[in-house]
Amino acid sequence: MRLSGAKALVKSLEDEGVEVIFGIPGGAILPVYDALHDSSIRHILVRHEQCAAHAADGYARASGRVGVCMATSGPGATNLVTGIATAYMDSSPIVAITGQVARHMIGRDAFQEADIIGITTPITKYSFQIQSAEEVPRVVKEAFYLATEGRPAPVLIDFPVDVQREEAEMDFDAKISPHLNKVVKEPHPLQVKRAAEILLNAERPVILAGGGVILSNASEELRALAELLMIPVTVTLMGKGAFPENHPLYIGRIGMHGSAAANKLIMEADVILAVGTRFSDRSTGRFDAFARDATLIHVDIDAAEIGKNIKPEIPIVADAKHALKAIYEAAKELARKRDSSTWLQKVKEVKESLEKTGQNSADELSPKNLIREIRRLLPTDGIVTTGVGRNQMWASLYLEVYHPRTFITSGGLGTMGFGLPAALGAKVAKPNSIVVDIDGDGSFLMTERELATSIAENIPIIAVILNDGWLGMVKYWQDLFYGRRYCATCLKRGIPDFVKLAEAYGANAARPQSLEEFSKAFKEAMSSDRTTVIDVWINPDEPVLPFAPPGRSLAEMIIDLREVRRGGS
Amino acid sequence: MEARRVKKPLHVISFIVENKPGVLFRVAWLIRRRNFNIESISVGPTENANISRMTITLYGDEPTVEQVVKQLRKLVDVLKVSRLDPDNTVIREMALVKVHVPDPAARADLDYYVRAFRGRIVDLSPDAAIVEVTGTPQKIDAFIELMRSFGIKELARTGATALPRSPKE
Ligand SMILES: Cc1ncc(C[n+]2csc(CCOP(=O)(O)OP(=O)(O)O)c2C)c(N)n1
Ligand SMILES: [Mg+2]
Repeated sequence: MRLSGAKALVKSLEDEGVEVIFGIPGGAILPVYDALHDSSIRHILVRHEQCAAHAADGYARASGRVGVCMATSGPGATNLVTGIATAYMDSSPIVAITGQVARHMIGRDAFQEADIIGITTPITKYSFQIQSAEEVPRVVKEAFYLATEGRPAPVLIDFPVDVQREEAEMDFDAKISPHLNKVVKEPHPLQVKRAAEILLNAERPVILAGGGVILSNASEELRALAELLMIPVTVTLMGKGAFPENHPLYIGRIGMHGSAAANKLIMEADVILAVGTRFSDRSTGRFDAFARDATLIHVDIDAAEIGKNIKPEIPIVADAKHALKAIYEAAKELARKRDSSTWLQKVKEVKESLEKTGQNSADELSPKNLIREIRRLLPTDGIVTTGVGRNQMWASLYLEVYHPRTFITSGGLGTMGFGLPAALGAKVAKPNSIVVDIDGDGSFLMTERELATSIAENIPIIAVILNDGWLGMVKYWQDLFYGRRYCATCLKRGIPDFVKLAEAYGANAARPQSLEEFSKAFKEAMSSDRTTVIDVWINPDEPVLPFAPPGRSLAEMIIDLREVRRGGS
Repeated sequence: MEARRVKKPLHVISFIVENKPGVLFRVAWLIRRRNFNIESISVGPTENANISRMTITLYGDEPTVEQVVKQLRKLVDVLKVSRLDPDNTVIREMALVKVHVPDPAARADLDYYVRAFRGRIVDLSPDAAIVEVTGTPQKIDAFIELMRSFGIKELARTGATALPRSPKE
């Protein structure tokens, strides 16, 4: 079949099953946009390319499928960068397509030329620059393959505009290059057996589930293993949703702002089975103090993650789903009963004693009350995205999550502004789920313009702004570590009236003054087919607790602020 | 630099890559990104025109070297990575050293050293010579040390390249 590069790209995307592309056109990508005009693929015009990448990312995280975003050359491409980096840090599969100046102009600093391959090499698994039109079908296949195979990641396709126009005989059956397949999915049987034995003999075992469990759709396998051996389960921020949080074996999330019980119990474990986690410092606290006396079994599909931050006794390079299943089978085969009662009793006591600690705000519209109310009203398949800062930590602490892919947050990069565009992407992926962005005022302002996209493209979501008038998390650090010297953290002067702002975009809006009013507004928002912004003014001095300060061990977490003296970080 | 050389063993990582634009960039980027302190890197074609061989040498502890290997393996254009056991590997590097030899006595000394190291004088001018010497990186180090007494005007090293020896019965 003889086609232009641009038409071949669109056909290849259709062949990959792409339903939607988030993007903004420009001169160097116009042939592709022209070809899109005749395609069944829906194009969603965002208002800033960063949000095209975040929306594609939200789409990918909610659906498990590849999200696609597109931009023109130069500034369009560079605007994608934050979104690509966000997806990269959280192993989210997106394909970014960028226009590029014509081949003969590359390297001449042409108008709107940017070396996007050079710029994005550190934040993509791979980047292609298409050199001739006939490569298009193979490159698209390889890009989708690489984005999803093994550890998911962003892949970029840079497409010079003259190649978009060039015609060539296209081979849509082209095979991907065989050397791309490097992934080991099956765990080593000996390691599996050792892991099963160690778990069976453990006195105080804990399973730590990371985002990899969600990425490999291994929640069922995780649950089966935990229940078989009666092992308590904790998660990382990215693992939130991997295990139902109302399950009796769930002990909370670990981390700098993890739950007190989870942080305490993981530090007391004698065996830790860590699955699909890269041991981020935000999860583990000081590396050398984490799991120091525990036997660590580390399952990850990315061999380079094993031993990168924490060295395990039993490394298992495998897909989480396959590994969990294999360990389950091996443990079953050994057919020994673990005596779990002492440890589970202890776990129960710790959970109960720590659940009520921390400072409970007297405010009716406290983050805790608001988030619990959202949970009460939101169906269990509802999806929550977050901003970054205290809003994010509160959401992760107080929102019980029951299903994978229903809690979507920028964990690795911590990108303010992620919440709204990611919510739009998630809603496009799951139109029948209610999608709520729990956001901060500062974060929301970074991408607020996407309300326009939401209205124009009819993608209704609910944004709940926990409005403290501050870059709250940073202020909190200034409170604790910098003697309350508030440098550049107050947003109050110049903060817009979010109700008027939302209305200006054509969205619904509310500013509840009580929990009851909040419930009412939230219920209305859930039944509306238009986006709603709920602006809730909260107390700017609300702490986030527990808090294991940076550079310290999880065991040194602060549970009550009265313990805190001024200290450095 | 010298002290570090003494302390940790030399590791040789040999890997083959697709011979296409951008591969060297990706490898160099990876080394910078992960903060790996390498000693040398060399690239050249292999018997197959589509494939190049790269060789990295570094002095480092075991976990670091393992990380280098694992990170290299992740690169899409990298086809195969091997750690070569220095005892069973032929490692060679070439150096060109331009030294100051203003008089016949110096030239005689130089000639003596060059012979001892099985090098060659490849260029001579009234007061300078360029010496070519090949050998293990350690041998090159030693040779360069000796050349210092003449006054080194310029120096170019290729970085090490290596192949494993064939197994012997
Ligand atoms: C893009 C970006 N810039 C800066 C930061 C640093 N930062 C982390 S949290 C935070 C404050 C967030 O404020 P807001 O969204 O209002 O959330 P709050 O903590 O007040 O709930 C800042 C500035 C960041 N994470 N991302
Ligand atoms: Mg705020």
